[in-house]
Amino acid sequence: MKFTDVYLQTLTKILVFIIMTFSIYVLFAGHHNPGGGFIGGLITASALILLYFTFGLETVQDIIPFDYKKMAAAGVLLSVVTGIVSLVLDIPFLTQGFKYVELPFLGKTEIASAVPFDLGVYLTVVGATMTIITTISEDEK
Amino acid sequence: MTLHLAVLIPFLFVIIIPVLYKFTKNIHTGWITLIAPVSLFIYFFQYFEINKPVQTKMETVPWISSLRIEITLYLDSLSLLFSLLITGIGSLVILYSIFYLSKEREKLQNFYAYLMLFMGAMLGSVLSDNLLVLYTFWELTSVSSFLLIAFWYQRQRSRYGAQKAMFITMTGGFSMLMGFIMLFVASDTLSIRELIAQVDTVSQHQLFLPAMFFILLGAFTKSAQFPFHIWLPDAMEAPTPISAYLHSATMVKAGVYLVARLTPVFGAMIEWSWTIIIVGTITLFWGSVNAVKQYDLKALLAFSTISQLGLIMTLFGIGSLALNERFVVGELIFETALVAAVFHLINHSIFKGSLFMMVGILDHETGTRDIRKLGGIIHLMPISFTLTMIGAFSMAGIPLFSGFLSKEMFLTSVLDLSSQFNNWSVIIPVIAWIASVLTFIYSLIIIFKSFTGTYHQDLLERKPHEAPWGMLISPIALSLLIIVLFIFPGLVVTSILEPAVREMAPQVFAQMPDWHYHISAWHGFTPELYMTLGIFILGTLLYLSVEKWKKPVYDLLPKKWTLNSLYDSIFPSLEKFAEKVTKAYMRRNTTAYLSYIFFFLIATVLTTLIVTGSINITLEYNSPIEWYEIVLGIITVISAIYVIFASSRLMSIIAISVIGFIISLYFVIFRAPDLALTQLVVETITTALFLMCFYFLPKLKTTLTPMKLKISNLLIALGVGTTLTLVGLSSFNHRGFETIATYFTNSYELAGAKNIVNAILVDFRAFDTMLEIVVIFATGLGIYTLIKLRATKEE
Repeated sequence: MKFTDVYLQTLTKILVFIIMTFSIYVLFAGHHNPGGGFIGGLITASALILLYFTFGLETVQDIIPFDYKKMAAAGVLLSVVTGIVSLVLDIPFLTQGFKYVELPFLGKTEIASAVPFDLGVYLTVVGATMTIITTISEDEK
Repeated sequence: MTLHLAVLIPFLFVIIIPVLYKFTKNIHTGWITLIAPVSLFIYFFQYFEINKPVQTKMETVPWISSLRIEITLYLDSLSLLFSLLITGIGSLVILYSIFYLSKEREKLQNFYAYLMLFMGAMLGSVLSDNLLVLYTFWELTSVSSFLLIAFWYQRQRSRYGAQKAMFITMTGGFSMLMGFIMLFVASDTLSIRELIAQVDTVSQHQLFLPAMFFILLGAFTKSAQFPFHIWLPDAMEAPTPISAYLHSATMVKAGVYLVARLTPVFGAMIEWSWTIIIVGTITLFWGSVNAVKQYDLKALLAFSTISQLGLIMTLFGIGSLALNERFVVGELIFETALVAAVFHLINHSIFKGSLFMMVGILDHETGTRDIRKLGGIIHLMPISFTLTMIGAFSMAGIPLFSGFLSKEMFLTSVLDLSSQFNNWSVIIPVIAWIASVLTFIYSLIIIFKSFTGTYHQDLLERKPHEAPWGMLISPIALSLLIIVLFIFPGLVVTSILEPAVREMAPQVFAQMPDWHYHISAWHGFTPELYMTLGIFILGTLLYLSVEKWKKPVYDLLPKKWTLNSLYDSIFPSLEKFAEKVTKAYMRRNTTAYLSYIFFFLIATVLTTLIVTGSINITLEYNSPIEWYEIVLGIITVISAIYVIFASSRLMSIIAISVIGFIISLYFVIFRAPDLALTQLVVETITTALFLMCFYFLPKLKTTLTPMKLKISNLLIALGVGTTLTLVGLSSFNHRGFETIATYFTNSYELAGAKNIVNAILVDFRAFDTMLEIVVIFATGLGIYTLIKLRATKEE
């Protein structure tokens, strides 16, 4: 699938940047505002899909040479590992903790173990969605 | 925790070995693997003291406490004995395999990973006190055995043997699980310790007897007892180190272990004792009959293993009679059987392990295991000859070798049995005696048919010479142990045998703190001695004339109606049946699949609604409906109808996404920003996906649907609509669940999050989320494999 369309291409370049930024905001804001790993992952995936639609599969894969399968696997692994960390500390599997610390410039900041877990969710969602989409679109035999 | 660590180490090696393999191409993987069993053997050996019973040790790590599944590991003399066998023989086997398996040709990383998987699983099953944990490890041994038998999966026989072993042992394992669950229902505990403590009340429960039979079925299949023994000869397709380790020394003993472990629970039941005695005796006899018939040395050893396992089973059966109320009071009668059972278990593991290794060496050095081709190589391989002789003489029960001691005790036990009962059981000593004669014959066959006689170089693939030292170390160690145990049986009596016997019959030995057992080679002129002499004389005579009587006698056995042909006919017909059932509903038609799903939705949900009387439609609690909500509702209905009547696929895809976007608008109206955001993005992505798939779909054509199908589709559609509407309207009026309002405070106080949805997802219900992403990942991989790895037309 490839539509050579100058308007679309120009617009996409800007849009993808905005969507990506937004998705990362959504990912990290999830702890206190609407958002989280799942939504963030889906927004990132939609930005990537837009990119694929506009510039075509081969072009984008040259620029972003990600193996999305590995990305998804890394996400699952990250989430499981955060769970196992709590096992090592002798508390039940997947218990999350949080702590408030004073950081320079940022002030009172919360550090939560839920964030790496959510990051794992994010990576899995992006990885799995993109695996599915690229696999289907590559299959043009 | 140390015991848990000991069980965990082999599993860690399963992960480490394939990784290390990539970086250590120059070293044989076996050397790396060897670290695990050797260090574990040293660890377990600490608990062994010659003059003292083993200090029992119990450690618990909570796992699923709500289901009372805890990983409780319990070390007593019986489990220590097994742990030492598993790690000790495991070390020797791995050392042996380093010289047996070529570094260049074989996939060593798989081999050793499977082997470590087995070792961990086996240690887990002999150390577990919790029945369900034991079951889990037990099945894992079957899985690893399957993988190891099929190690040379290119061969059809290997795949067949692996499948057969898995099919039979897993069927037994499943039945065992049912037995465990019944025991749980009867006793309300999963711990073997607690079960033994309350055996008096549990045995009154009506499920106690069925549980016993189901568990025995598991033990019999695993330990290759008649008629389930047929998997073991086919399992010999595995590499010889595996046959030595899994299929003679350790895994097949798991059934025996289970019988020993549960003797305090079931031993007082007369059904338990007789079932085991009868099955064991038949196995003992049938195994030895078949062993003499074989020409392949490995097949011979397989049948001999079956026969010896039957012998050990019989001993445990006789020994359990000591717990029977008929014999509990008064003098000890069957304690010899219990001691002999454990002692022979040790001896068998040692000599059979050694013999398998020797057959492996013969195969390795000459290229054949057929006794018709072998012969006359005694002067070429003198060390191998000596080692084989020690192993086989121990099996035959000849003095100077430890097998003699336990064989004599076995004869004592069967004589005890018939003297106590004075009924038809008198045939058991007779059968045992005949089987012993046959054992004597095949032991001689192993030694003399392969090493003496005439030498035929033309029949052998290679020029035989003595095996490399590395291969000989392990059998030498085992052979030395055979002789040491004959001279000093006391090494294991106080430390292992006596406490193990006490544990198996706690009710009996509680009153006898001073009980000790003494093993000696010479008992004076007893019936056992005459029986042994008879075995030697008749066995030697029959061996010398074996060529004359072998063929006519074995022609009498049926060829057509055997257990194997029964198995071979059951399996394909099962497959055919399964195929028929599957084809009946897998019709390669999406409409059909959807109609199944919807039909079951209606059938289950609507029925439940009506049966439980949950339909309750009152609108008084509803908040007022705004005009824009009505407008959105109307648009949804219009789009839904449009989907059906759209003339092109593109239009219906757009109409579907309209519905999706309207739903996300509803979420906005009802103030669920997280849901709205998710729904919006999901809708975007699914539309993109639809468009992509739409690329491959054929043009929409109006096909003539038969009236009957149309009506059934209409009914299903109406049914689904009605059901879901009813559920939606009624659910509002039911307060079946706890309020989730507590999460509003909890999420900030306990999870430090201001977003309650996210706090639930990543903290309170993080386990659900974790499994969900696993599902997402699996779906992605599934689609990838379906598309990328599908067979093209040329294939």
